[in-house]
Amino acid sequence: MPKLLPLIEHAVKKPVWDCRMCGQCVLHSTGMTCPMTCPKTLRNGPCGGVRENGNCEVKPDMRCVWVTAEHRSHSPAMPRHWEEEFNDLRPPVDNRLQGTSSWVNFVTKRDQRTPRGWQGAAHDAHSAVPGASMVEIDDPTSLPEGFHS
Amino acid sequence: MSRLSTLIAEGRRPVVTAEFPSIDGGGLEAIERAADELRPFVDAVNATDNPAAHAHASNTSIAIAMSQFGLEPIMQVVCRDKNRIAMQADIVGASLFGVENIACLTGDDVTAGDEPEARRVFDLDSTQLIKVAAGLGEGHYLSGRAIKQPPTLFVGAVENPFAPPLDYRVQRALKKAEAGARFLQLQIGYYPERLEAFVRGCVEVGVTRTTALLPTVVLTKSAKALSFMDDAVPGISIPVDVIASVAGAGDKEAIAEASYQLTLDISRHALSLPGVSGIHLTDFRHDGSLERLVRDLGIGPAFDPVATASGTTSH
Repeated sequence: MPKLLPLIEHAVKKPVWDCRMCGQCVLHSTGMTCPMTCPKTLRNGPCGGVRENGNCEVKPDMRCVWVTAEHRSHSPAMPRHWEEEFNDLRPPVDNRLQGTSSWVNFVTKRDQRTPRGWQGAAHDAHSAVPGASMVEIDDPTSLPEGFHS
Repeated sequence: MSRLSTLIAEGRRPVVTAEFPSIDGGGLEAIERAADELRPFVDAVNATDNPAAHAHASNTSIAIAMSQFGLEPIMQVVCRDKNRIAMQADIVGASLFGVENIACLTGDDVTAGDEPEARRVFDLDSTQLIKVAAGLGEGHYLSGRAIKQPPTLFVGAVENPFAPPLDYRVQRALKKAEAGARFLQLQIGYYPERLEAFVRGCVEVGVTRTTALLPTVVLTKSAKALSFMDDAVPGISIPVDVIASVAGAGDKEAIAEASYQLTLDISRHALSLPGVSGIHLTDFRHDGSLERLVRDLGIGPAFDPVATASGTTSH
């Protein structure tokens, strides 16, 4: 089953959202518009290059992903807290999760793990880091081989 | 503390920043010449990072050289060409040479440049880069690894009040301010009402409590230059009647003068807005117009009596 999950997720999300399988889905907070379809893969809003007609700097015939996202985020069909989350600062992508199932990563909370510095904390490289010796079972790189296809 | 951060914190007079020309060759003399031209009239100058996706002498090398010639650099860092490791290394590396002001940009896409075949990176986006850069100043890399003697940094960014989604630009400015941006250089724009709405919004939501807004104006010499920016520069749109009024000014000299007056008007308007802390200048003329502009506006180290009295111009 774990092997199948990414396939199923991709089969569902590719046709609807052009899902790129980043493994850390934020669709609900971006107006159900995938930010990874932005040619610059921007996760925190539109760049300054959006054309006067609202189209993409890179692909002149494509609507800017963030123009669409911003518009949709105000849709009455969306839950209110999704609209509020639109302005959240989304952390850098964890490139190790590419191709893995965001559903699994959501359940294990793996998709919420960010580098220590993102939370503002400094640690001394030479002293022991609390928890560093613990086995991080939510790290896909330490999961059994084949858990993620 | 950089001079830029001190001037902004004092708030005694509008700050003046400018764009450094792209350098490809000519050794340090080329940088010294350009620095000599700008130094008397500006407080700090952008060392650009492969502008419009064209390769030039690097942001770090120009920023370091500028500071050695007594011109305070604002080092641009764009997300297009390097991953998070390389960008952090550039900021920390330049800081060893005294570079403190950092402007975090997404960057024009590779397709805007002369090497559209290149791989685009965008490992971080500009807002994430702001937070990462601010973290370096607080004494740690993104990983959390400590920097024992952290760099002194003054982190800023850019924002475009003139590009869609217009209603969202204030929120984006706020997001950047909350991520750690202490100044925002704004994109070139020819819609005064959009700038007004943006600045007003920034004041209302509190952006200007932490973050200085610096609208950009550009010195051009012809209607063709305006048309070029309208057509070819991502995120810049110029109303047709503005271009037409410059084009219809008369002969070449009259057009150049009309172009200057347009820039002067836009600058005066920008500086009149409560919430604006200064101005950023881009000079495509290189005919002494930059000096004329700061003189006419009465701003910058050379022409602002407040600055002279307070002695903030000494380097």
